[in-house]
Amino acid sequence: MSAESVLFDAPGPKARLRHNVLTGVGVVLVLVIAWLVYGKMSETGQLESYLWTPYFTDPAVWTSYILPGLWATLKAAAISMVLAGVFGIAFGMGRLSESRPVRWVCSVVVEFFRSVPVLLMMVFFFFGFFARSTWLPSDLAPLAAVVLGLTLYNGSVIAELVRSGVHSLPKGQSEAGLSVGLTPSQTLRSIQLPQALRAMLPALIGQLVVVLKDTALGTIVLYPELLTQGGRTLGSAYANVIPAYIVVALIFIVINYSLTKVAGFVETWMKRRRRGGSSTTNAMPGAPGGTGAMPSSGIGGKNVQNLDPAGAGGGQLG
Amino acid sequence: MVDILRNYDILGAFWVTIQLSVLSAVGALVIGTVVAVFRVSPVGVLRVIGSLYVNLIRNTPLTLLMASSILGLSFVLGLSISDQATRNAYWWAVIMLAVYHAAFVCEALRSGVNTIPAGQAEAARSIGLTFGQSMREVLLPQAFRGAIAPLGSTLIALIKNTTVAAVILGTAESAGLLAQITENEGASLGTFFIFALGFVILTLPLGIATTNLSRRLAVKR
Repeated sequence: MSAESVLFDAPGPKARLRHNVLTGVGVVLVLVIAWLVYGKMSETGQLESYLWTPYFTDPAVWTSYILPGLWATLKAAAISMVLAGVFGIAFGMGRLSESRPVRWVCSVVVEFFRSVPVLLMMVFFFFGFFARSTWLPSDLAPLAAVVLGLTLYNGSVIAELVRSGVHSLPKGQSEAGLSVGLTPSQTLRSIQLPQALRAMLPALIGQLVVVLKDTALGTIVLYPELLTQGGRTLGSAYANVIPAYIVVALIFIVINYSLTKVAGFVETWMKRRRRGGSSTTNAMPGAPGGTGAMPSSGIGGKNVQNLDPAGAGGGQLG
Repeated sequence: MVDILRNYDILGAFWVTIQLSVLSAVGALVIGTVVAVFRVSPVGVLRVIGSLYVNLIRNTPLTLLMASSILGLSFVLGLSISDQATRNAYWWAVIMLAVYHAAFVCEALRSGVNTIPAGQAEAARSIGLTFGQSMREVLLPQAFRGAIAPLGSTLIALIKNTTVAAVILGTAESAGLLAQITENEGASLGTFFIFALGFVILTLPLGIATTNLSRRLAVKR
């Protein structure tokens, strides 16, 4: 069910006329914006071909700036995502633990790292520890700060995903585990967690988008990632700041948009599989599409807030 | 510790955080509402514009928007808001925060609309309410209630993301100031916790408030 089918009736002749007028207004709006952008760009000489041709003629643009930057971005994102997954599962299970002190400590840790901006952590770890450490090679210091900051924040978000994923499983799952003689922690590990993790998969891919975007914060702690290399450094080396930023933005958009699409694809695929007669039909009632609460394009990290209506994180925007 | 508090304007940095948050939240709400109206409108072209905006902005890192605003738009294209460099950076930070979070506000509002079952609209039409009446009395109140929780999350994320403005504001902003203090005075967990606590104080009550509000106003279905 799409939004407009709720809000609007099937159009009659008058409404169709109105829609045609609005279509015209929309087209004019697009043209005006395009004309303004074009005007400003050509007025300041940003459309001169020598600013753009290096992307096609000079391989150094790619081999010494963009690709190394992209590699650094992907590397930091991949390491952070793996570590965040480990952190998230550990602390998510901790919050579901039988023991009150463990639960309490894990809750405090998760809530703390979820509410502190990633950049504060990165800056503190870098300038406070890694940049002045003697044991860490100095070229690894920025990477360490970026990875640690991203791991703590996204790990906490994943811990919440784990917790809400387990909570939204049908009660019969844990009851069945307990009734066949498993201990509560065995039930959690071997019955509830695998199901929760599978249901979380789209949300995890969505979280990867957040991680990828946040690696760009590394530019502040001197990490040579895509924004630093392909935007700032390339922009000053070739004196084409505007084209450099546009190209970097396009690379980020293409990667993140495809990841979002993959997440949506995985989600529909899993829903179809679930419908094929498994007992966990409603495993994630809060997940997008589960209640029709979220349009399919709303994957991103939006799942976070849907899984966790407490919403203290809102992490997807990070 | 006392020296640090005396020598650095931490409260001032947080005042900047609060200013940025309030101004850009208002901006994001306005832009986001317009984009959301575009995205749910029955006009194809407007829907395309809306989803183009959301998909382009949402997938771009905020850091890139911030950096390109001053280094690109302002320096190269000459789009300055103020002749004074710090004011210029300040207002560009507000604009970029608003533009970035508008995409998320739009999605929050749209998810609110999407919580309404089609039967509600059909029922409103079948008892003879006009378009305006069914919007006012039936649909928008429900959409608004469904959007409170995601809007709250967006606002919290916005407050945390104001730190990204350090890219162009430097030490006037809390993350920039923390970087400077840590660089000058060495790593002190106390300083970090003061900054962290500032954000916990700013965001925690908001989270609790929007959760409670959305629970209390939740439409029973």
